[in-house]
Amino acid sequence: MNKDMKILVVDDFSTMRRIIKNLLRDLGFTNTDEADDGNSALPMLQTGKYDFLVTDWNMPGMTGIDLLRNVRADENLKSLPVLMVTAEAKRDQIVAAAQAGVNGYVVKPFTAAVLKEKIEKIFERIDS
Amino acid sequence: MTKDKNASDEPVTAFEEALKSQANKLMSLVNSGDLSGALAIISELNETRDRTLYVEVGRLTRTLHESIRNFHIDAANSASSANKEELSKIEDASDRLAYVVDMTNKAANKTLDLVEETMPIASDLSAEAEALKNEWGRLKRKEMKPDEFRALTSRMDVFLEQLCTDSNKVYRNLSDILLAQDFQDLTGQVINRVTGLVKEVEDNLVHLVRMAGKVDQITGTVHETEQQQSGIEGEGPQLKAEQREDVVSGQDDVDDLLSSLGF
Repeated sequence: MNKDMKILVVDDFSTMRRIIKNLLRDLGFTNTDEADDGNSALPMLQTGKYDFLVTDWNMPGMTGIDLLRNVRADENLKSLPVLMVTAEAKRDQIVAAAQAGVNGYVVKPFTAAVLKEKIEKIFERIDS
Repeated sequence: MTKDKNASDEPVTAFEEALKSQANKLMSLVNSGDLSGALAIISELNETRDRTLYVEVGRLTRTLHESIRNFHIDAANSASSANKEELSKIEDASDRLAYVVDMTNKAANKTLDLVEETMPIASDLSAEAEALKNEWGRLKRKEMKPDEFRALTSRMDVFLEQLCTDSNKVYRNLSDILLAQDFQDLTGQVINRVTGLVKEVEDNLVHLVRMAGKVDQITGTVHETEQQQSGIEGEGPQLKAEQREDVVSGQDDVDDLLSSLGF
């Protein structure tokens, strides 16, 4: 796993973005940017050469699930690994996220250990 | 309110009783061929129905007015009202909830600021302590040359000095983090008040719906029930997740579900 990889963190709450950025920094990832919803994230992804996307689901503007669908529909972004970190906990929603092509799903409230484990699992699969 | 409810039941029941007692009479008049007598009964029934309807609509309107007055909802004045006392309860509740969002936001940011300030201090101290521990080990194993020992002594001086300042700083930051949690008390009180208001509004609405139901009964109106929307939408945190089948109860459930889907 490349610790210099460029990560975009998308959440409408600035405190949650800060928490995720701090946890990522503890895991050795310091190259992180933030966006507050899908509408601001998508153009950043299209021009910014990101290696990994961490997104919330429930956001005003474009939601995380729509952002995921847009990413998968975009020729240049379709293989971008996406981790969803969200309070959405209905089975239907998790199935929908899986069908939309999410690489990992973490429900809030979460721990640093869970975030670490999911990120490692995603990149283990990609690297193998 | 119970007394109120019983009172409002009366006219409908009276109308129902009139309907029942007159129905038989109407039937026998029709059977015996007395059409004008039958029509007189029909118009009598119509009158009773209209009267009951007026009473019920009047009640409904009055209750609606009372509810509106209770919650100080005044569309014309609320926007421009200079007098804070006149603020509607709903508007007041929105302001209160905005205050909760603001307080929790400030507390979270303050805590994060302090944590971000403290973490590097802790990791620097830990790194230097680790380095000194190794040097100290070399000293004890007598692997150290005199000039290295002199360097270690002065490095130790600097470290102890730093440790005093930094541990004080860490302690102060932790105590500030502690204080930053005081929002819970204030926001808790505000949320409890708003919850009370929501309950009150609900009771009033239920009462209104019950009264409107009587009008529907007299006029014979049947409402179509709206179909529930299906679709995948964000809903926010789920409450009572452990009692629900359609909601996962934690990360382990999510992992099980995903692995059953081949993840």
